[in-house]
Amino acid sequence: MTEKFDCIIIGAGPSGVATAYNLVNAGLNVVIFERGETPGSKNMFGGILYSTILNRLIPEFWKEAPVERHITRKRYSLLSKDSEIAFDLNFNAFNKPPYNNSFTVLRAKFDKWFAKKAEDAGALIITEAVVDDFITDDGKIQGVKVRMEEGAVYGDVVVCAEGANSLLAEKAGMKKKPDPGIMIMGVKEIISLPEEIINDRFCLEDGQGCAFEFFGEALGGVTGSGFIYTNKDTLSVGIGCPIAVLRNNRLKPNELIEGFKRHPSVHNLLRGGKIEEFSAHMIPEGGYNVMPELTKDGLILVGDCAGLLNPSLYKEGTNMAMASGVFAAETIIEAREKGDFSKAALNSYVKRLKESFVFKDLKRYKDVPEILHSLPGLFKEYPEGIIELLQGYFTISEKSKDENRKEIMRTFKDKVSLWKFLIDMYKTRRFFR
Amino acid sequence: MEEHLKPLGEKTLPEKLFLLRFKVDKDNHLILNKDVCWECDERVCLFICPSEVYRWDEGRKEVIVSYEGCLECGSCRIACKEGAIDWRNPRGGFGVSYKFG
Repeated sequence: MTEKFDCIIIGAGPSGVATAYNLVNAGLNVVIFERGETPGSKNMFGGILYSTILNRLIPEFWKEAPVERHITRKRYSLLSKDSEIAFDLNFNAFNKPPYNNSFTVLRAKFDKWFAKKAEDAGALIITEAVVDDFITDDGKIQGVKVRMEEGAVYGDVVVCAEGANSLLAEKAGMKKKPDPGIMIMGVKEIISLPEEIINDRFCLEDGQGCAFEFFGEALGGVTGSGFIYTNKDTLSVGIGCPIAVLRNNRLKPNELIEGFKRHPSVHNLLRGGKIEEFSAHMIPEGGYNVMPELTKDGLILVGDCAGLLNPSLYKEGTNMAMASGVFAAETIIEAREKGDFSKAALNSYVKRLKESFVFKDLKRYKDVPEILHSLPGLFKEYPEGIIELLQGYFTISEKSKDENRKEIMRTFKDKVSLWKFLIDMYKTRRFFR
Repeated sequence: MEEHLKPLGEKTLPEKLFLLRFKVDKDNHLILNKDVCWECDERVCLFICPSEVYRWDEGRKEVIVSYEGCLECGSCRIACKEGAIDWRNPRGGFGVSYKFG
């Protein structure tokens, strides 16, 4: 391959494809190298795509894209070892276009579809092609080394969209190897159930979906959470746990997800299911505090390898990835007009990110991972205390209600230091706001 | 009992991995610095990997890598305190391919 491209993109996930889609529509000559058999075959996420950006790129995409269900119901629950309290929300307004821009999708199908859209628009997508390194000349990235015969490929600019396992970004000196405290291990199972059983069990109508998030003792008392999202005729059931927590407690990921599925509140939602797939992926939660260098001469980082992910209750990754792709494309189009792909010229990418929801949200929620780490009580002591308190309150006995209340408050205070509890709860406000 | 009321059938980890499609390369993409591993006390890799590709062989006194079942999450590289895992992407088109993802 001796041809020179206007832009080389590494990775055919949401950020890389969003970049390509915008560049080819502006008439640029673009190649994407994807290491998987097909775009999406190496990709996994929890399951909910926020689609504000996608809906701008491809209006009413849900009419043609392989989306599973739109999310109308959200349920946040706090687990103790064997009990649960939950907060359940149903929004009828989310039943009409644009469906609150929240859809469950399966990445092997969705990414393939999205990549095809870029391909149809004119992008060259080469699958089964691993990029091992950059070609650098005088500090400027000139192209990439693809693991194939005569694998040097040149371009005006390279967009690295390699994902969370950021080997290339590290190689280019844009970031250090991520700290295990801010990298989350995500483990997921796809569990199949007939569509009408899912509708019935989760109180949904055709097309409607729900997102159940499980906090507290979802992982047997360590920092982390679990989830169940409804697809059309499967459930996405998974957990997330910081790699540092797994390491410090010498925990096995498979045992954590098994433990989560055994919780009575979870177990009963999975009845009759059949495990179809087991998968694992890292989630970069470091966000704003560990932002890598996003540009250098001839190079832009987008998506997960740039750490663009909001780890709060919103759990937003793919939408930010697509936004970064759009900004990278705008920057490249502008740089091309000036014929300047230096870091200084490409820095308008960073400016665009800063002016958008991406950096504003990353900044707002920058301390969430650290707060969660600093409050181990949230994952054992507090859920146990709160659930015991409520269980006591609702326990029917012949004690007078006053007597009963006094007793359960005493038990709660024995277990949980009230001041510490209130201070810790105050610290979590950033998580919710 | 009706099918949809039966408890979710349990699967062992090997059974779960058996559900996946792997295209296995002849070369290992997870290269260990065995001198470092031999002296390592913690051996985080033995439990941190979701598909448990790392196993300690007491006879040979070394870590055995079943790279064939690697899910390519990259967690071992992040978790290893010694930096002893040279993690490369498998050859193009090889390794795991998810059907759902």
